[in-house]
Amino acid sequence: MSTTATHARSTSSVSISRTARRRKSATLLLGLLAWAVGLLFVAPAAWMVLTSLHAETDAATNPPSLLAPLTLDGYAEFFGASSGASPIPPLLNSAMASVISTLLVLALSIPAAYALSIRPVKKWSDVMFFFLSTKMLPVVAGLLPIYLIAKSTGLLDSVLLLVILYTSMNLPIAVWMMRSFLSEVPVEILEAASIDGAGLLTIFRRIIIPVSGPGIAATALICFIFSWNELLFANVLTSTAAYTSPVFLTSFVTSQGLFLAKVCAAAVAVSLPVLVAGFAAQDKLVQGLSLGAVK
Amino acid sequence: MAIASTVKTGRRNSTPAPGRKAGFERAAAWARRAPLLPALVFMIAVTQLPFVVTVVISFFDWNALYPNDVKFGWFDNYVSVFTDESLRNSVLTTIVLTVVVVLVSLVLGLGIALLLDRHFWGRGIVRTILITPFLIVPVASALLWKHALFNPSYGLLNGILNWVGGVFGFQAPQPDWISMQPLGAIEVDLVWQWTPFMMLILLAGLQSRPLDVIEAARIDGASTWQLFRFMTLPHLRRYLELAALLGSIYIVQNFDAVFTITSGGLGTANLPYSIYQTFFLAHDYGAASAAGVVIVIGSLLLATFALRTVSTLLKEETR
Repeated sequence: MSTTATHARSTSSVSISRTARRRKSATLLLGLLAWAVGLLFVAPAAWMVLTSLHAETDAATNPPSLLAPLTLDGYAEFFGASSGASPIPPLLNSAMASVISTLLVLALSIPAAYALSIRPVKKWSDVMFFFLSTKMLPVVAGLLPIYLIAKSTGLLDSVLLLVILYTSMNLPIAVWMMRSFLSEVPVEILEAASIDGAGLLTIFRRIIIPVSGPGIAATALICFIFSWNELLFANVLTSTAAYTSPVFLTSFVTSQGLFLAKVCAAAVAVSLPVLVAGFAAQDKLVQGLSLGAVK
Repeated sequence: MAIASTVKTGRRNSTPAPGRKAGFERAAAWARRAPLLPALVFMIAVTQLPFVVTVVISFFDWNALYPNDVKFGWFDNYVSVFTDESLRNSVLTTIVLTVVVVLVSLVLGLGIALLLDRHFWGRGIVRTILITPFLIVPVASALLWKHALFNPSYGLLNGILNWVGGVFGFQAPQPDWISMQPLGAIEVDLVWQWTPFMMLILLAGLQSRPLDVIEAARIDGASTWQLFRFMTLPHLRRYLELAALLGSIYIVQNFDAVFTITSGGLGTANLPYSIYQTFFLAHDYGAASAAGVVIVIGSLLLATFALRTVSTLLKEETR
């Protein structure tokens, strides 16, 4: 592809068919390459699912036994068939902490975003940067005071503590995202509504929430994913009562004999809610993850 | 931080407004602020106050194993933070880990985004399977790499080596990947998880290119490389910066992968892991807090730079 501009212009009519043919085969090759890369990236995850469906003796073979018979034993083991350690409490704790903190984040971030976009306070950009800057401070630096405060207030090892911390973890992201979504609500509708005498609550319920519904869903989804995934706080601040699924997974950090199928089953099971949520909303994922900066 | 300036009342509409009108204006300003306050107060209470406590504790000699021996120690903890070799090493580890993971996943993500920006059969399917790694719980992903892929005796990597060796009739090497390259193993796991994230942002950037301008340049005879170098890359710059910034925020703080794959051993302890260790295994509250304060100052320096990047994004947005 070294044709200079002038050269290409003078010979364009001659070379068009050849270029077209070359471009067609290039498209085919690059399409194959894209498929190869995609399959390479998904291979570890596919291997995880396949291993989770193998018997322990077939899972830990070298060379790998791809065509071994499938079984749900790994999942039965994950649910405590022989060990009696049920994963249900941590799954429930994770679900509660993630869902409640997500709802709380929405309740706090939507009004805040309103005050930062539709009827902005002065210095709204300073407020935006304050929110973002809290995201850049390493959470470990605040861990000890949080531990001490939680210990003295009796919140240690409670889902409520995780709800508070996950809300603070996701609130900045949610404010940024919601601000960009609320900015898209047409000003004319809002003005018309307030001329008609609609109060703030009515405007929220009848206009803002329906119009920015998809954006709210995307925000909720990302807050849910980050809360569900969180390990450091949960690992440090909970023990037997409020421990979450990622903490449950850390019991597999050191290997224990034949346990590969069980580990893979646990990894698949714990990731399943995030996978389902993420695939369902993959179009909104980008906009959310980039804090609304990328449309 | 930026709070003081927002709490202060300021007057913008400078029509001279004495007496009652000024009071009315102030009430209106507070009405504007009201929806913002719950979120702001919550964030200050949960994220700023603990840091104040951290700063205070950092000046005390306080080890939780000796609860009766707590005393004011001036800068003792800071001296030990800066003279502690393992902590210095963990600073270096954090930088290496972040830079390697962000750069590699950015380059891979760009390559894949360029591939996905073209039309080919099954593009939607390829895009969907490509985001899978990002949607796996980080601890689960780390466990997968540690046990199912890197394990020297039954991991998939050595399994494939063994299988290839069997087919071609030679004795395949069976390396212990994690002991050989402990930091590399963590980096592979993180790159696998973060490449889809970078790819998604860059793909969105590619698809927002003005296609008519590019088509015009192509008709004028610009080569594919020229199009990429002089049109696509400048357009993508903002998206590259954004992806790198967001990736750095999360990877600097990574705890899950280090904790799961190596438990901080073999020289892979990054800052979050070291502080976790000082705090929960050594119970040295004073030293852990001092290290925390040092990290916060370091992060603030990094953050002001990063925030400047974001501010260009905010300014280009119009309302």
